[in-house]
Amino acid sequence: MATEGLGLEITELRLGLPGGGGGGEKKEKKRVFFDILGGDDGGGGDGKNGNTGVAVGWPPVCSYRKRAIIKMYVKVSMDGAPFLRKIDMSGFKGYSDFVRALENLFGLGDECEYTPIYEDEDGDWMLVGDVPWEMFTETCKRLRMKKRV
Amino acid sequence: MVYSLPEEVLEHVFSFITSDKDRNAVSLVCKSWYEIERWCRRKVFVGNCYAVSPGIMIRRFPELRAVELKGKPHFADFNLVPDGWGGYACSWIDEMSRAYPWLEEIRLKRMVVSDESLELISTAFKNFKVLVLSSCEGFSTDGLSAIASNCRNLKELDLRESEVMDLSGRWLSHFPDTFTSLESLNISCLGSEVSFSALERLVARSPNLKTLRLNRAVPLGKLSTLLHQAPQLVELGTGAYSSGIRSDVYTGLSKAFLGCKELKGLSGFWDADPSYLPALYSVCSRLTTLNLSYSTIRSPDITKVIGQCPNLQRLWVLDHIEDSGLNALALSCKNLQELRVFPSDLYAADVNVTLTEQGLVSVSQGCPKLQSVLYFCHQMSNSALITIAKNRPNLTCFRLCIIEPRTPDYLTHEPLDIGFGAIVKHCKNLNRLSLSGLLTDRVFEYIGTHAKKLEMLSIAFAGDSDLGLHHVLSGCESLKKLEIRDCPFGDTALLANVAKLATMRSLWMSSCAVSIGACKILSQKMPMLNVEVIDENGSLDSRLDSCLVEKLYVYRTVAGPRSDMPGYIWTMDRESANRI
Repeated sequence: MATEGLGLEITELRLGLPGGGGGGEKKEKKRVFFDILGGDDGGGGDGKNGNTGVAVGWPPVCSYRKRAIIKMYVKVSMDGAPFLRKIDMSGFKGYSDFVRALENLFGLGDECEYTPIYEDEDGDWMLVGDVPWEMFTETCKRLRMKKRV
Repeated sequence: MVYSLPEEVLEHVFSFITSDKDRNAVSLVCKSWYEIERWCRRKVFVGNCYAVSPGIMIRRFPELRAVELKGKPHFADFNLVPDGWGGYACSWIDEMSRAYPWLEEIRLKRMVVSDESLELISTAFKNFKVLVLSSCEGFSTDGLSAIASNCRNLKELDLRESEVMDLSGRWLSHFPDTFTSLESLNISCLGSEVSFSALERLVARSPNLKTLRLNRAVPLGKLSTLLHQAPQLVELGTGAYSSGIRSDVYTGLSKAFLGCKELKGLSGFWDADPSYLPALYSVCSRLTTLNLSYSTIRSPDITKVIGQCPNLQRLWVLDHIEDSGLNALALSCKNLQELRVFPSDLYAADVNVTLTEQGLVSVSQGCPKLQSVLYFCHQMSNSALITIAKNRPNLTCFRLCIIEPRTPDYLTHEPLDIGFGAIVKHCKNLNRLSLSGLLTDRVFEYIGTHAKKLEMLSIAFAGDSDLGLHHVLSGCESLKKLEIRDCPFGDTALLANVAKLATMRSLWMSSCAVSIGACKILSQKMPMLNVEVIDENGSLDSRLDSCLVEKLYVYRTVAGPRSDMPGYIWTMDRESANRI
């Protein structure tokens, strides 16, 4: 291994913060997992990840897959069905994909006799589709496929 | 005498040489071989779209039929590259549309593609056959409509993992009734529903269709219809794999799978309902590829499926498979070459999921052909890594992600240096490695000493000092791509190895300890490198040499500095320009 021309510095063990003694005016940003748990400079431009206490882009799962993994499971019941299902709300981009997935979950066809309703955080049963999608995913606690009368 | 062979003969001989590496070697033999070769090269792979310009490529290779380009750095997959960074396909497609009227294939990865570019592709290339957009973005279903409407001879349309602006599913209906050449279609990334009748008719009139990857919106009840129209399918990606309790759907599905005698690969399985899994048992014995990584089915159900797949070569699965499922895999699948186990929970360990290092050890013991591993887990030990290394010296790709950064050996509480050291020591053909866990500079010494065939290395939250980086840069002879985040590596190692960087495709360093001063020196010493500093917050003071950079991307290029950089990228050129 060539060490010529390096100077001895490379072989010296050093204690203390990396990057030499300078540091300058810019605060050294060590993106240590545990530092961020302390929640100090989470605003350092890496604020894309909304979850607090976690380093951006860690664990290294690509965004496509992350959307499929991040669990926002809610229970779905259907009038007349003997058991409930669970559906992951975070896997959808909007109402149309979501409602279709609900229908697929129970094998409901195009001539759907069921209307999806949901229970919000206040305990009220609401019709799916009134509020913006993002708000819906945050407030929906459980779902029900109600048979149209 | 070789030099007296006429050009036509040499050209004919070269036509049998298809690998890029071999073609490059041929072109270096002598001037006349270079000339002959460049006129008959039909495909080119550009690993970094900024390493060369479209003009340079076109001047050298005037008769290409297939071009493959990669854009953003790999860490863009994990949101580490800000929006607007670059990787625009536009200029490439524009220039190729003028230079290569007979271009047949375009493959792009991590690039930004516009609808206008897709429209241009669909009209400029009369014999266009293959479009693969892998992890791309910037286009909508309108662009897809143009492709569908105009590409008469299209064989392959693959949108894998791209971010498509999903305006509607109507684009699929734009394939004309006379269009019958489709061989491969992958729309699994699309959210909106395509017209099922249009899809069914398309499948029915495509006798050569071998690969069909549906999106989640295609209901399970309709899958059997498609399978009956395409029993010759080799690769199938299902839509949602559940349908309530419908025995008619189940029976229809079983019957349809029975008819698929050529099926070798399965994927999809969103929202999978385990009660529908037995419907595919009839194809299991022929399966070589199985991707269950989007389904949350649990270990006993996974085990039942795998137990019927003795010919499995590639398995992608969530950690729901648990150690028990991996033990079963090790027993049943002796032909396994590639295993990927993804996490079902990104942060805390799910107490209901027992996946440990033991599962991987079992597979390394039971599967003699195992070459490629991607494994997410919560605990690891040096002894397990050593066992894996000794069991499987034929590993070529080893990517281990222990989810909590800096996790030590859970038995000894030591760093995992000797474990990974064993991997690089025993696996002499290792070309790709990703590290995790608690690691000191020691592991990099092992890597620099032993990993002579290593081409790509990913490092995160590891090392103690510049010595670590120095070991890698000075020791890894075959290194092409190095990506580092959150490591205490800085100026000394970088500046001691500047020449090395010109032998590599690229270097990414983020949240390390590199100063702007070092970047300036690097730029000055190495004019053939583009040294790009990403400063998202605008907090970088480039006048202060000791100021640390947040993100650094260095790559070799013959095209000079790029002209499409966003405002938040600093380069030495911009610095000089500002001074004037």
